[in-house]
Amino acid sequence: MSQKTLISASALAGAVAMAISGATFLASTDGASAATEKCYGVAMAGKNDCAAGPGTTCAGTSKVDYQGNAWKTVDAGTCTTMSVDGGRMGSLEPLDRDLPA
Amino acid sequence: MPRNDPARDAPQADFAAALLDPDLPLPKGVVGPAGKSAQRRFAVYRNNVTVSLIDSLADIFPAVQRLVGPDFFRNMARVYLTEEPPASAVMFEYGSGFAAFLDRFEPVSKLPYLADVARLERAWLDVFHSTDVEPLSPEALGVIAPENLGDVRFTPHPAARIVRSRYAAVSIFSASREYRPLDRIRPLDPEDGLITRPDFEVQVRTLPPGAAQFFEALITGETLAGAATITVERHPGFDLPAAISAMLEAGVFSACSCSQAQTEQIT
Repeated sequence: MSQKTLISASALAGAVAMAISGATFLASTDGASAATEKCYGVAMAGKNDCAAGPGTTCAGTSKVDYQGNAWKTVDAGTCTTMSVDGGRMGSLEPLDRDLPA
Repeated sequence: MPRNDPARDAPQADFAAALLDPDLPLPKGVVGPAGKSAQRRFAVYRNNVTVSLIDSLADIFPAVQRLVGPDFFRNMARVYLTEEPPASAVMFEYGSGFAAFLDRFEPVSKLPYLADVARLERAWLDVFHSTDVEPLSPEALGVIAPENLGDVRFTPHPAARIVRSRYAAVSIFSASREYRPLDRIRPLDPEDGLITRPDFEVQVRTLPPGAAQFFEALITGETLAGAATITVERHPGFDLPAAISAMLEAGVFSACSCSQAQTEQIT
Protein backbone atom coordinates (compact mmCIF):
# COMPACT_ATOMS: atom_id res chain seq x y z
CA MET A 1 0.00 0.00 0.00
CA SER A 2 1.18 3.47 -0.80
CA GLN A 3 -0.41 5.07 2.26
CA LYS A 4 1.88 6.04 5.08
CA THR A 5 1.18 3.43 7.66
CA LEU A 6 0.15 5.01 10.91
CA ILE A 7 -1.30 1.68 11.88
CA SER A 8 1.28 -1.09 12.00
CA ALA A 9 0.32 -4.64 11.12
CA SER A 10 0.90 -5.76 14.66
CA ALA A 11 -1.24 -2.95 16.06
CA LEU A 12 -3.99 -3.98 13.67
CA ALA A 13 -3.70 -7.62 14.63
CA GLY A 14 -3.80 -6.67 18.29
CA ALA A 15 -6.88 -4.52 17.77
CA VAL A 16 -8.68 -7.32 15.94
CA ALA A 17 -7.71 -9.84 18.60
CA MET A 18 -8.98 -7.53 21.33
CA ALA A 19 -12.17 -6.87 19.41
CA ILE A 20 -12.80 -10.54 18.78
CA SER A 21 -12.26 -11.57 22.36
CA GLY A 22 -14.68 -8.80 23.34
CA ALA A 23 -17.05 -9.72 20.54
CA THR A 24 -17.03 -13.35 21.54
CA PHE A 25 -18.14 -12.32 24.96
CA LEU A 26 -20.86 -10.10 23.53
CA ALA A 27 -21.88 -12.77 21.05
CA SER A 28 -22.38 -15.22 23.88
CA THR A 29 -24.71 -12.84 25.69
CA ASP A 30 -26.43 -12.27 22.35
CA GLY A 31 -26.69 -16.01 22.01
CA ALA A 32 -28.50 -16.23 25.30
CA SER A 33 -30.92 -13.47 24.44
CA ALA A 34 -31.33 -14.81 20.92
CA ALA A 35 -33.56 -17.44 22.50
CA THR A 36 -36.61 -15.20 22.50
CA GLU A 37 -40.32 -15.53 21.87
CA LYS A 38 -43.12 -13.29 20.73
CA CYS A 39 -45.22 -12.34 23.73
CA TYR A 40 -48.74 -11.00 23.19
CA GLY A 41 -50.62 -8.66 25.47
CA VAL A 42 -47.73 -7.21 27.47
CA ALA A 43 -46.58 -4.22 25.42
CA MET A 44 -47.48 -0.65 26.37
CA ALA A 45 -49.31 1.41 23.74
CA GLY A 46 -46.96 2.22 20.89
CA LYS A 47 -44.22 -0.01 22.26
CA ASN A 48 -45.01 -3.28 20.51
CA ASP A 49 -42.30 -4.79 18.34
CA CYS A 50 -44.46 -4.82 15.25
CA ALA A 51 -43.37 -1.47 13.88
CA ALA A 52 -43.26 -2.06 10.17
CA GLY A 53 -44.57 1.36 9.20
CA PRO A 54 -47.59 2.42 7.16
CA GLY A 55 -49.13 0.16 4.56
CA THR A 56 -48.25 -3.00 6.45
CA THR A 57 -50.57 -5.27 8.38
CA CYS A 58 -49.02 -4.09 11.61
CA ALA A 59 -49.07 -0.45 10.63
CA GLY A 60 -46.75 1.11 13.16
CA THR A 61 -47.88 0.71 16.69
CA SER A 62 -50.34 -0.70 19.14
CA LYS A 63 -52.96 1.79 20.28
CA VAL A 64 -53.64 0.73 23.87
CA ASP A 65 -51.59 -0.64 26.76
CA TYR A 66 -51.34 -4.45 26.87
CA GLN A 67 -53.08 -4.73 23.49
CA GLY A 68 -53.94 -8.40 23.06
CA ASN A 69 -52.95 -8.74 19.42
CA ALA A 70 -49.68 -6.80 19.72
CA TRP A 71 -46.48 -8.59 20.66
CA LYS A 72 -43.10 -7.83 22.14
CA THR A 73 -39.95 -9.92 21.94
CA VAL A 74 -39.07 -11.33 25.37
CA ASP A 75 -36.61 -13.91 26.66
CA ALA A 76 -37.71 -17.42 25.81
CA GLY A 77 -39.75 -19.05 28.53
CA THR A 78 -40.65 -15.83 30.32
CA CYS A 79 -43.75 -14.77 28.38
CA THR A 80 -46.49 -16.82 30.02
CA THR A 81 -45.12 -16.11 33.48
CA MET A 82 -45.27 -12.40 32.85
CA SER A 83 -48.03 -10.59 34.70
CA VAL A 84 -48.90 -6.99 33.93
CA ASP A 85 -51.48 -4.56 35.35
CA GLY A 86 -54.90 -5.83 36.36
CA GLY A 87 -54.07 -9.53 36.60
CA ARG A 88 -53.30 -9.77 32.87
CA MET A 89 -50.81 -12.41 31.73
CA GLY A 90 -48.62 -12.60 28.64
CA SER A 91 -49.53 -15.13 25.97
CA LEU A 92 -47.73 -16.87 23.12
CA GLU A 93 -50.92 -16.57 21.02
CA PRO A 94 -52.82 -13.35 20.15
CA LEU A 95 -55.48 -12.48 22.74
CA ASP A 96 -59.00 -11.03 22.37
CA ARG A 97 -58.58 -8.64 25.30
CA ASP A 98 -57.57 -4.97 25.22
CA LEU A 99 -58.21 -4.40 21.55
CA PRO A 100 -58.44 -0.77 20.45
CA ALA A 101 -62.00 0.50 19.91
CA MET B 1 -48.89 7.43 -10.81
CA PRO B 2 -45.39 8.88 -10.96
CA ARG B 3 -44.03 5.73 -12.58
CA ASN B 4 -46.25 6.11 -15.63
CA ASP B 5 -45.36 7.99 -18.74
CA PRO B 6 -47.04 11.39 -18.34
CA ALA B 7 -47.43 11.99 -22.06
CA ARG B 8 -49.25 8.73 -22.62
CA ASP B 9 -51.24 8.95 -19.43
CA ALA B 10 -52.36 12.57 -19.49
CA PRO B 11 -55.75 11.80 -17.88
CA GLN B 12 -53.97 10.00 -15.03
CA ALA B 13 -51.53 12.88 -14.61
CA ASP B 14 -54.46 15.34 -14.43
CA PHE B 15 -56.15 13.12 -11.89
CA ALA B 16 -52.99 12.87 -9.79
CA ALA B 17 -52.36 16.62 -9.89
CA ALA B 18 -55.96 17.43 -8.94
CA LEU B 19 -55.72 15.04 -5.99
CA LEU B 20 -53.10 17.25 -4.36
CA ASP B 21 -54.33 20.68 -5.48
CA PRO B 22 -57.92 21.66 -4.69
CA ASP B 23 -57.67 24.68 -7.01
CA LEU B 24 -57.32 22.52 -10.10
CA PRO B 25 -60.48 21.67 -12.07
CA LEU B 26 -62.24 18.36 -11.58
CA PRO B 27 -60.43 15.79 -13.72
CA LYS B 28 -62.22 14.71 -16.89
CA GLY B 29 -64.32 11.58 -16.57
CA VAL B 30 -64.93 11.86 -12.83
CA VAL B 31 -68.71 11.51 -12.80
CA GLY B 32 -71.43 10.17 -10.51
CA PRO B 33 -73.72 7.22 -11.35
CA ALA B 34 -76.09 9.45 -13.33
CA GLY B 35 -73.26 10.92 -15.37
CA LYS B 36 -73.20 14.25 -13.56
CA SER B 37 -69.94 15.81 -12.49
CA ALA B 38 -68.82 14.53 -9.10
CA GLN B 39 -67.15 17.57 -7.54
CA ARG B 40 -68.06 16.73 -3.96
CA ARG B 41 -67.32 13.03 -4.31
CA PHE B 42 -63.89 13.85 -5.66
CA ALA B 43 -63.32 16.26 -2.75
CA VAL B 44 -64.02 13.42 -0.30
CA TYR B 45 -61.59 11.18 -2.12
CA ARG B 46 -58.95 13.91 -2.24
CA ASN B 47 -59.34 14.47 1.48
CA ASN B 48 -58.93 10.75 2.21
CA VAL B 49 -55.76 10.58 0.14
CA THR B 50 -54.27 13.57 1.93
CA VAL B 51 -55.19 12.33 5.40
CA SER B 52 -53.83 8.85 4.71
CA LEU B 53 -50.53 10.28 3.47
CA ILE B 54 -50.26 12.48 6.58
CA ASP B 55 -51.01 9.43 8.73
CA SER B 56 -48.29 7.50 6.91
CA LEU B 57 -45.74 10.23 7.60
CA ALA B 58 -46.80 10.31 11.26
CA ASP B 59 -46.24 6.53 11.43
CA ILE B 60 -42.79 6.80 9.85
CA PHE B 61 -41.67 9.87 11.83
CA PRO B 62 -43.19 9.49 15.32
CA ALA B 63 -40.25 11.21 17.06
CA VAL B 64 -40.46 14.24 14.76
CA GLN B 65 -44.20 14.40 15.40
CA ARG B 66 -43.68 14.29 19.16
CA LEU B 67 -41.04 17.02 18.98
CA VAL B 68 -43.21 19.52 17.10
CA GLY B 69 -46.63 18.36 18.30
CA PRO B 70 -49.31 16.57 16.26
CA ASP B 71 -51.12 19.70 15.01
CA PHE B 72 -47.97 21.33 13.72
CA PHE B 73 -46.75 18.03 12.30
CA ARG B 74 -49.93 17.40 10.34
CA ASN B 75 -49.89 20.87 8.78
CA MET B 76 -46.21 20.50 7.93
CA ALA B 77 -46.81 17.04 6.45
CA ARG B 78 -49.56 18.50 4.25
CA VAL B 79 -47.06 20.99 2.80
CA TYR B 80 -44.50 18.22 2.27
CA LEU B 81 -46.84 15.81 0.52
CA THR B 82 -47.87 18.39 -2.05
CA GLU B 83 -44.19 19.03 -2.79
CA GLU B 84 -43.21 15.38 -2.77
CA PRO B 85 -46.03 12.87 -3.26
CA PRO B 86 -45.10 9.19 -2.87
CA ALA B 87 -42.90 7.78 -5.62
CA SER B 88 -43.73 4.21 -4.68
CA ALA B 89 -47.02 2.43 -4.07
CA VAL B 90 -45.39 0.86 -1.00
CA MET B 91 -46.30 3.26 1.77
CA PHE B 92 -43.49 2.31 4.15
CA GLU B 93 -41.05 3.61 1.56
CA TYR B 94 -42.54 7.12 1.68
CA GLY B 95 -40.69 10.11 3.08
CA SER B 96 -37.13 9.64 1.81
CA GLY B 97 -37.01 13.39 1.10
CA PHE B 98 -38.69 14.46 4.33
CA ALA B 99 -35.41 15.21 6.16
CA ALA B 100 -34.20 17.43 3.30
CA PHE B 101 -37.60 19.15 3.35
CA LEU B 102 -37.18 19.85 7.08
CA ASP B 103 -33.76 21.36 6.38
CA ARG B 104 -35.34 23.99 4.15
CA PHE B 105 -38.75 24.38 5.85
CA GLU B 106 -38.39 27.79 7.48
CA PRO B 107 -40.90 27.34 10.34
CA VAL B 108 -38.71 24.62 11.91
CA SER B 109 -35.40 26.43 11.43
CA LYS B 110 -35.23 26.91 15.23
CA LEU B 111 -35.02 23.12 15.61
CA PRO B 112 -31.85 22.47 13.58
CA TYR B 113 -31.58 18.85 14.81
CA LEU B 114 -35.06 17.95 13.53
CA ALA B 115 -33.92 16.92 10.03
CA ASP B 116 -31.32 14.54 11.47
CA VAL B 117 -33.93 13.00 13.76
CA ALA B 118 -36.00 12.43 10.61
CA ARG B 119 -32.96 10.86 8.91
CA LEU B 120 -32.63 8.45 11.82
CA GLU B 121 -36.32 7.57 11.68
CA ARG B 122 -36.24 6.97 7.92
CA ALA B 123 -33.06 4.87 8.33
CA TRP B 124 -34.76 2.93 11.14
CA LEU B 125 -37.57 1.87 8.81
CA ASP B 126 -35.19 1.15 5.91
CA VAL B 127 -33.21 -1.13 8.18
CA PHE B 128 -36.39 -2.77 9.48
CA HIS B 129 -37.42 -3.73 5.94
CA SER B 130 -33.96 -4.62 4.59
CA THR B 131 -33.06 -8.13 3.54
CA ASP B 132 -32.29 -10.63 6.30
CA VAL B 133 -28.58 -11.47 6.14
CA GLU B 134 -26.30 -13.13 8.68
CA PRO B 135 -23.83 -10.56 9.97
CA LEU B 136 -20.10 -11.22 9.70
CA SER B 137 -19.06 -13.54 12.52
CA PRO B 138 -16.06 -12.69 14.70
CA GLU B 139 -14.66 -16.12 13.81
CA ALA B 140 -14.48 -15.18 10.11
CA LEU B 141 -12.19 -12.31 11.05
CA GLY B 142 -10.32 -14.43 13.59
CA VAL B 143 -9.13 -17.01 11.08
CA ILE B 144 -7.34 -14.43 8.93
CA ALA B 145 -3.59 -14.47 9.35
CA PRO B 146 -2.33 -11.32 11.15
CA GLU B 147 -0.13 -10.29 8.22
CA ASN B 148 -3.18 -10.31 5.90
CA LEU B 149 -5.53 -8.35 8.14
CA GLY B 150 -4.53 -4.97 6.75
CA ASP B 151 -5.76 -5.89 3.28
CA VAL B 152 -9.16 -7.17 4.34
CA ARG B 153 -12.17 -5.50 2.75
CA PHE B 154 -15.76 -5.82 3.96
CA THR B 155 -19.17 -6.26 2.37
CA PRO B 156 -21.72 -3.87 3.91
CA HIS B 157 -24.73 -5.49 5.55
CA PRO B 158 -27.95 -4.45 3.76
CA ALA B 159 -29.53 -3.49 7.09
CA ALA B 160 -26.89 -1.01 8.23
CA ARG B 161 -27.11 2.78 8.07
CA ILE B 162 -24.96 5.57 9.49
CA VAL B 163 -26.41 9.01 10.24
CA ARG B 164 -23.86 11.67 11.18
CA SER B 165 -25.22 14.73 12.91
CA ARG B 166 -23.84 18.06 14.03
CA TYR B 167 -26.42 17.86 16.82
CA ALA B 168 -27.36 15.39 19.52
CA ALA B 169 -29.82 13.82 17.10
CA VAL B 170 -29.38 10.25 18.37
CA SER B 171 -30.11 11.18 21.99
CA ILE B 172 -33.09 13.26 20.92
CA PHE B 173 -34.38 10.49 18.66
CA SER B 174 -34.04 7.83 21.36
CA ALA B 175 -35.59 9.96 24.10
CA SER B 176 -38.49 10.93 21.89
CA ARG B 177 -39.13 7.38 20.71
CA GLU B 178 -39.01 6.07 24.28
CA TYR B 179 -41.16 8.89 25.71
CA ARG B 180 -38.31 10.10 27.92
CA PRO B 181 -37.79 13.76 28.83
CA LEU B 182 -35.32 15.75 26.74
CA ASP B 183 -34.06 18.04 29.50
CA ARG B 184 -30.63 16.48 30.07
CA ILE B 185 -29.72 16.45 26.38
CA ARG B 186 -27.39 19.14 25.07
CA PRO B 187 -28.58 19.54 21.48
CA LEU B 188 -25.34 21.08 20.20
CA ASP B 189 -23.18 18.05 21.07
CA PRO B 190 -22.50 16.28 17.74
CA GLU B 191 -23.53 12.63 17.57
CA ASP B 192 -23.13 9.90 14.98
CA GLY B 193 -25.77 7.20 14.90
CA LEU B 194 -25.47 3.60 13.73
CA ILE B 195 -28.68 1.76 12.84
CA THR B 196 -28.46 -1.98 12.21
CA ARG B 197 -30.56 -5.10 12.39
CA PRO B 198 -28.33 -8.11 13.05
CA ASP B 199 -31.38 -10.30 13.82
CA PHE B 200 -35.00 -9.19 14.02
CA GLU B 201 -34.64 -6.13 16.21
CA VAL B 202 -33.49 -2.77 14.90
CA GLN B 203 -30.64 -1.45 17.05
CA VAL B 204 -29.57 2.18 17.32
CA ARG B 205 -26.17 3.09 18.76
CA THR B 206 -24.34 6.34 19.36
CA LEU B 207 -20.88 5.94 17.87
CA PRO B 208 -17.67 7.09 19.60
CA PRO B 209 -15.59 9.75 17.79
CA GLY B 210 -14.14 8.49 14.51
CA ALA B 211 -16.13 5.28 14.29
CA ALA B 212 -18.57 6.66 11.72
CA GLN B 213 -15.72 7.74 9.46
CA PHE B 214 -14.01 4.36 9.94
CA PHE B 215 -17.18 2.43 9.01
CA GLU B 216 -17.94 4.70 6.07
CA ALA B 217 -14.43 4.17 4.71
CA LEU B 218 -14.85 0.40 5.02
CA ILE B 219 -18.33 0.57 3.44
CA THR B 220 -16.91 2.37 0.42
CA GLY B 221 -14.39 -0.44 -0.05
CA GLU B 222 -11.33 0.79 1.82
CA THR B 223 -9.09 -1.87 3.37
CA LEU B 224 -8.96 -2.35 7.13
CA ALA B 225 -5.50 -0.75 7.35
CA GLY B 226 -6.49 2.05 4.98
CA ALA B 227 -9.68 2.89 6.88
CA ALA B 228 -7.85 2.78 10.23
CA THR B 229 -5.12 5.08 8.92
CA ILE B 230 -7.58 7.62 7.48
CA THR B 231 -9.52 7.65 10.73
CA VAL B 232 -6.51 8.00 13.05
CA GLU B 233 -5.29 10.96 11.02
CA ARG B 234 -8.58 12.79 11.69
CA HIS B 235 -9.28 11.41 15.16
CA PRO B 236 -6.02 10.79 17.05
CA GLY B 237 -7.87 9.28 20.03
CA PHE B 238 -9.74 6.80 17.83
CA ASP B 239 -10.34 3.51 19.69
CA LEU B 240 -9.83 0.89 16.96
CA PRO B 241 -10.54 -2.25 19.02
CA ALA B 242 -13.80 -0.75 20.31
CA ALA B 243 -14.86 0.18 16.77
CA ILE B 244 -14.11 -3.30 15.40
CA SER B 245 -15.93 -4.81 18.35
CA ALA B 246 -18.94 -2.54 17.75
CA MET B 247 -19.10 -3.34 14.04
CA LEU B 248 -19.10 -7.08 14.76
CA GLU B 249 -21.65 -6.79 17.53
CA ALA B 250 -23.97 -4.46 15.60
CA GLY B 251 -23.67 -6.28 12.28
CA VAL B 252 -22.38 -3.48 10.04
CA PHE B 253 -20.89 -5.99 7.60
CA SER B 254 -21.98 -9.33 6.23
CA ALA B 255 -18.71 -10.71 4.83
CA CYS B 256 -15.03 -9.98 4.46
CA SER B 257 -12.74 -10.56 1.51
CA CYS B 258 -10.14 -12.77 3.12
CA SER B 259 -12.33 -15.54 4.49
CA GLN B 260 -12.02 -18.65 2.36
CA ALA B 261 -15.61 -18.65 1.17
CA GLN B 262 -15.63 -14.99 0.15
CA THR B 263 -13.06 -14.46 -2.56
CA GLU B 264 -14.98 -12.20 -4.95
CA GLN B 265 -13.45 -8.99 -3.65
CA ILE B 266 -9.82 -10.01 -3.65
CA THR B 267 -8.02 -7.90 -6.19
